[in-house]
Amino acid sequence: MKLFSLRGGLSLAGHKGGTAGRPIRVMPAPPVLHLPLRQHAGDPAKPVVAEGDTVRRGERLAESAGPLSAPLHAPAAGRVTAVRPETAPHPSGLPAETVVLETAAGDDEAPLAPPVEPEAAAPGEIAARVGDAGIVGLGGGAFPAAVKLDLGHHYALDTLVINGAECEPYLTADDQLMREKAPAVVDGARVMAAALGVGRVVVGIEANKPRALEAMRTAAGRLPDGPAVVALPVRYPMGSERHLVQVLTGRETPSGRLTAEVGVVVHNAGTARAVHDAVRQGRPLTHRVVTVSGGAVRRPANVMVPLGTRVRDLVAFCGGLRADPARLLAGGPFTGNPLPGLDVPVVKGFNGILALTADEARERPAQPCIRCGACVEVCPCGLVPVEMMAHIRKEELDDADTLGVRDCVRCGSCAYACPSHIPLVQYFAYAQGRLRGLDVERRNQDLQRVAARERQERMARLERERQEKKARQARRRQQQDAEQQGGEAPRKADPAAAGPVADQGSRTGS
Amino acid sequence: MRTPTRSAPFTHAGTSLGRIMGQVMVALVPATAFGLLQFGWPAVFLFATTVAAAAAFDALGLYLAGRPVADGLADGTAVLAGWILALTLPPWAPWWIGVTGAGIAVLVGKHVYGGTGQNIFNPAMVARVALLVSFPVPMTTYIAPVPLWEAAAPGFVEALAITFGGAQPVDALTVASPLDALSTALHGGAAVPQARDAVPALKALLTGTVPGSLGETSAGLVLAGGLFMLAVRTISWPIPVAFLGTLFGLAEVFHQIDPMHYPTGLFHLSAGSVMLAAFFVATDPVTSPVSRTGHLIFGAGAAAITFLIRTWAGYPEGLGFGILLMNAATPLIDRWARPRIMGRDRNGRPLAGGGGP
Ligand code: SF4
Ligand code: SF4
Repeated sequence: MKLFSLRGGLSLAGHKGGTAGRPIRVMPAPPVLHLPLRQHAGDPAKPVVAEGDTVRRGERLAESAGPLSAPLHAPAAGRVTAVRPETAPHPSGLPAETVVLETAAGDDEAPLAPPVEPEAAAPGEIAARVGDAGIVGLGGGAFPAAVKLDLGHHYALDTLVINGAECEPYLTADDQLMREKAPAVVDGARVMAAALGVGRVVVGIEANKPRALEAMRTAAGRLPDGPAVVALPVRYPMGSERHLVQVLTGRETPSGRLTAEVGVVVHNAGTARAVHDAVRQGRPLTHRVVTVSGGAVRRPANVMVPLGTRVRDLVAFCGGLRADPARLLAGGPFTGNPLPGLDVPVVKGFNGILALTADEARERPAQPCIRCGACVEVCPCGLVPVEMMAHIRKEELDDADTLGVRDCVRCGSCAYACPSHIPLVQYFAYAQGRLRGLDVERRNQDLQRVAARERQERMARLERERQEKKARQARRRQQQDAEQQGGEAPRKADPAAAGPVADQGSRTGS
Repeated sequence: MRTPTRSAPFTHAGTSLGRIMGQVMVALVPATAFGLLQFGWPAVFLFATTVAAAAAFDALGLYLAGRPVADGLADGTAVLAGWILALTLPPWAPWWIGVTGAGIAVLVGKHVYGGTGQNIFNPAMVARVALLVSFPVPMTTYIAPVPLWEAAAPGFVEALAITFGGAQPVDALTVASPLDALSTALHGGAAVPQARDAVPALKALLTGTVPGSLGETSAGLVLAGGLFMLAVRTISWPIPVAFLGTLFGLAEVFHQIDPMHYPTGLFHLSAGSVMLAAFFVATDPVTSPVSRTGHLIFGAGAAAITFLIRTWAGYPEGLGFGILLMNAATPLIDRWARPRIMGRDRNGRPLAGGGGP
């Protein structure tokens, strides 16, 4: 298959050796699980259990709270001991509503939902099942997967891309999953294609994962119309949705739009596997594969971990820490988020837990920008980070907007390459947030302006009506006078007559 | 563990300002060492004085601006500016040329604009042009190379007198630099072949055994330093390639048209500060554009101006002007040569959707 090129980008040391090629280890449920109600983009789920309830594995703990939300299921049988605010697995470290589940011995699984036959499914049935299973984008985005499976109703789609690029250093969860569960991933992809109504499925995997490529090709080859499995050039950020679509199809997604605009929907390989489980077996999403790695971890590994497991327990399962990490991250080093500590739970969107040493994080205080252009050279979006940063420093957000700061996918390539260690992404995240805020403000101002104009018009109308009424009364009076005098009625609606009449009216003062 | 206030990425290429400046200095070592050896103790004194003065002025500038002096000095930009300036000076110039130049480069060329990264013009070139215009005589008094180990070379004490005591270089030793020689001969009505007799052979120009500035006589060694920087990615190729390519191309075109009056492309490339300018001055990140297209325009423009001045104007060495003029044009180039943003057309409008089926 012909591939298209990617602008800029980085060629990186993979740091994947610590975990790649080792079988996924299955972690038993720890004594207590902490399940935040919001593990996805959108509204927090609404709890359907309360303190003291006993639940079976796979039973629903919380239900979807609207179109952009996802339900939550028990990863193990046990007893709900609380539904309360706990520190969220988010850089802010703010508390968020969390279901606390004390797990029980034994494995009491709730009855599974009946499998759905994708070929015979009614429109929307697959998406509904995926939604019921609480599946979100497992590549890190945590966007409710069902919403993305419904895009066929709104866009003319023709291609589903399965993202197995896994371009960030350290992460090998998808690599290992594709090696071990290729048939499930391939089948999940077919199920999703059926839901989207597209005929073409392309799996993109970076060429540095030959074993995953082989396993996926074998699995795809067993099917009459299996997906195309493509080896991608090893270049960061290959796994960014719009870049992946561009490389695989040559189609460029317009600024500010979804890839669906050009007929393509992208789902992660891990998501495909979860969809397979939900649709073919009726199993909700309760576990996921997480890469636990970084120089501070004693025994790095890929772990199939029950959601809600505390990072502390997960790290202990991997031999604990050998050193105090300089950074503890959820996700990869380029786009991951720092965690407020070890006592936060693993949630659906975590593809990695990295405990990085200072040597690995390579943080340094920022130095002055020397306009070296390294950031411009590597930016895969064709932006000029140095100029955007200079404007944002001066709070000139509209200028940064004109330069395209909203098109920044926050891949971090620029900050990685900057010899002055300027935290460029931080500036862009700030500007994007502020610009969104300004949009809302401007919209409100516009609304206010419209409201003010409407009010003015209403006032003017009332005034006009009042004047007209007065004029009518005056006319009537005049008419009466004239009738009394036996004269003719004045001509109606004569513009020339209107003046004196109005004049008369105003003079009468009333 | 640090508080999680910073945003990703939490990894880095491992580069830093100090490291970049260090790599540039390493690349300069061969040409510098060669210059110091062949021009002897006076050159050593002048070089040391200029670099030390640049560091001192930088410390002063930082202090006056209320910035941490040690951190600022450590970025290496001032020392490097002093170093490059020293390489462009006549090797037996008196100490005050070096000190004045360093002051202009660091204080006027950098700190007046607000310090590292803020200046519009390349500090070393600002100083060089200012010195050339203000002190034409000491700035064009070149000497024939007398390597350190030769009997004719001035001794330590004698050299102190030359650099610090105002002693004039012995008359017999002062000569014209190759470009001056060519320029003088051509302006005197000679054609290139005869004028060439006044000019050293190409091989001598490449190795550097010719009269000239302290560190730029050996085009070959400077080129080697430049290639080293390309190899370790201190600089990228567009500026030097555009610069050298344009200069060579223009010179060859004119040489083909009229070989009697226009020297060859190779002569232009190997004479004067061309190599130093192409790899060490034009590539100054601060004063050159930020995009690749911008780099190409910048390099080509600087070379074209250099060629114009060398060929038709009074100054035989047009490099300083070429680069300074392109420095001034850099903000314009930057605005014009922005890459196309993904998902938008060249004018910044979002692409039309519906490219699907
Ligand atoms: S990489 Fe850093 S120093 Fe270089 S231009 Fe960009 S922001 Fe400035
Ligand atoms: S973070 Fe944004 S500006 Fe920086 S390289 Fe990535 S897309 Fe470009």
